[in-house]
Amino acid sequence: MTLTNKPLTKNIEAGRAAFNFAQYQAAGGYQSVAKALTYKPRDLMKLVQDSGLGGRGGAGFNTGLKWSFIPEPDGGPRYLVVNADEMEPGTFKDRLLMENDPHLLIEGMITASIALQATMSYIFLRGEYKEAEKALLKAIKEAYEAGMLGHNIQGSSYSLDMALHTSAGRYICGEETALINALEGKRANPRFKPPFPQVSGLWGRPTLVNNVETICNIPGIVANGVDWFKGLGINGQFGTRISGVSGRVKNPGCWEMPVGTTFRTLFEDYAGGMQDGYQMKAFLPGGGSTDFLLPEHLDLPMIPGDVQKAGSRLGTSLIMVLDDKTCPVGCVHNLIKFFAHESCGWCTPCRDGLPWAEHMLLKLEKGEGSLQDIEILKEACGYMAPGNTFCALAPGAAEPLQSGLKYFMDEFVEHVNHGCKYHKH
Amino acid sequence: MSNLIASTAPKARQLTPEEIHDIEHEKTHYPYAQAVGLEALKIVQKYQGWVSDESLLAVADYLKLPPDELEGVATFFNMIFRRPVGKNVILLCDSVACWMLGCDNLKSHISSKLGIDYGQTTADNQFTLIPVPCLGDCDKAPTMMVGDVTYRNLTPAKIDTILAECKARG
Repeated sequence: MTLTNKPLTKNIEAGRAAFNFAQYQAAGGYQSVAKALTYKPRDLMKLVQDSGLGGRGGAGFNTGLKWSFIPEPDGGPRYLVVNADEMEPGTFKDRLLMENDPHLLIEGMITASIALQATMSYIFLRGEYKEAEKALLKAIKEAYEAGMLGHNIQGSSYSLDMALHTSAGRYICGEETALINALEGKRANPRFKPPFPQVSGLWGRPTLVNNVETICNIPGIVANGVDWFKGLGINGQFGTRISGVSGRVKNPGCWEMPVGTTFRTLFEDYAGGMQDGYQMKAFLPGGGSTDFLLPEHLDLPMIPGDVQKAGSRLGTSLIMVLDDKTCPVGCVHNLIKFFAHESCGWCTPCRDGLPWAEHMLLKLEKGEGSLQDIEILKEACGYMAPGNTFCALAPGAAEPLQSGLKYFMDEFVEHVNHGCKYHKH
Repeated sequence: MSNLIASTAPKARQLTPEEIHDIEHEKTHYPYAQAVGLEALKIVQKYQGWVSDESLLAVADYLKLPPDELEGVATFFNMIFRRPVGKNVILLCDSVACWMLGCDNLKSHISSKLGIDYGQTTADNQFTLIPVPCLGDCDKAPTMMVGDVTYRNLTPAKIDTILAECKARG
């Protein structure tokens, strides 16, 4: 039997409803659960660590290594929480996975929970994802009915419960400690680290927070092995991931591809390049909180280290293309407006810095800005830099602003002298 | 003076049997009542359309939570409505992918058609218009939700049809 080279999307077919439990199992699903039950939990964590799987939520940290910081069980509750609060602007991959193959996520959660010896697992879903909510509730119910969840899973001594929490819309919930606060029913302000959630997370108990796509990789790794997983990548990378394109391209969307694929392949082969009459001016490589890159960077492989060397972050690896007929200042204004709105208000650089930056960018867009505003915007990026804020929200917000100022300074200055030539205000 | 405050201060209403049933179901998922606070507010909103002071106090009473803390949670989240809204809440995505594909024009179109700005409700109580951060459908931008339904690849003409359908449904 040939093993799949598209472990994340093999069950997804446009126009067909998501597999129910029986269909999913018939297609080879839930094999990783039986296998995981034969492992020692630490060996299972080691297996995932050896696969080289990196977190797919944006930070890219080795998943198995992140798991390994969880202490030995002490008889008390332990939690796995899946971060399904997809709100990074330009990111729409977790939606695809949850709506179209919910059992893959649930299988991944059960297998991950076995490794972590979790007693309870939560999916923290963004409230607006109504289709995903429906699909997941149905799949969880089916998994319980099949004895895949609940007491003594598959006749083993291991028991696990699972529940779906639907949030009510705040970007900051994507930050894992803020998510934990939200799940506890509190305002979603981030927590100080350390202690890290692995040691003291949900209700002060050991907790792992992982992204949807990260967990969807677990069934394949455990069922098919590390060598298979490593063989899926290219350019020295392991596994597959979902990358996508939005903006004025011919065929916007997201697709599973080998890790290590270049931006050009994604942009030209998958997305079909720009719509007629438009040129690519720049692109955000992995969400709204990443620095702009230029067309000259298209040949970079989508590898965190390579993208970092070019001055940005791979982030969620769904790119947004800025075309030549859209105002870069307006684009940065829109992004900063989003981050200003979504700041939790906890620390000053974020709570005060972002609204001021938004105000100045709007002034520039309206042709009411000054050269001094541009200088202050540059300065603001420094105040919001890593180390000056409580969490990563403001440093992320500063990324498109600082790179926008770097690459499009001429256009910022032109806005001072002539206002915006692209849009009427 | 203190009498005046006491006489006008909102009081907890009775939760309905449906609301209590749904809140009790949510309680089975969490070890602590506080964790159910947000879900309970959403349940109340599902049945009442929004979260009034009387509803918020009722939830706080029922879950034995400090009302001020629950209010802090209610006002933190974008999707808890602390003011009345229309029958159809339009959530128009105004984040970057939708912005690049013209959501500002769609906003103007909806505003002029319904005579409301962001945060406002039509006089006939049919529609409330609210901006929403990135709906995670950027390959099908511009997008919006009306109630629980997501609409994609929007144009002014498509919006006219959607609004007419919503209005016909009432």
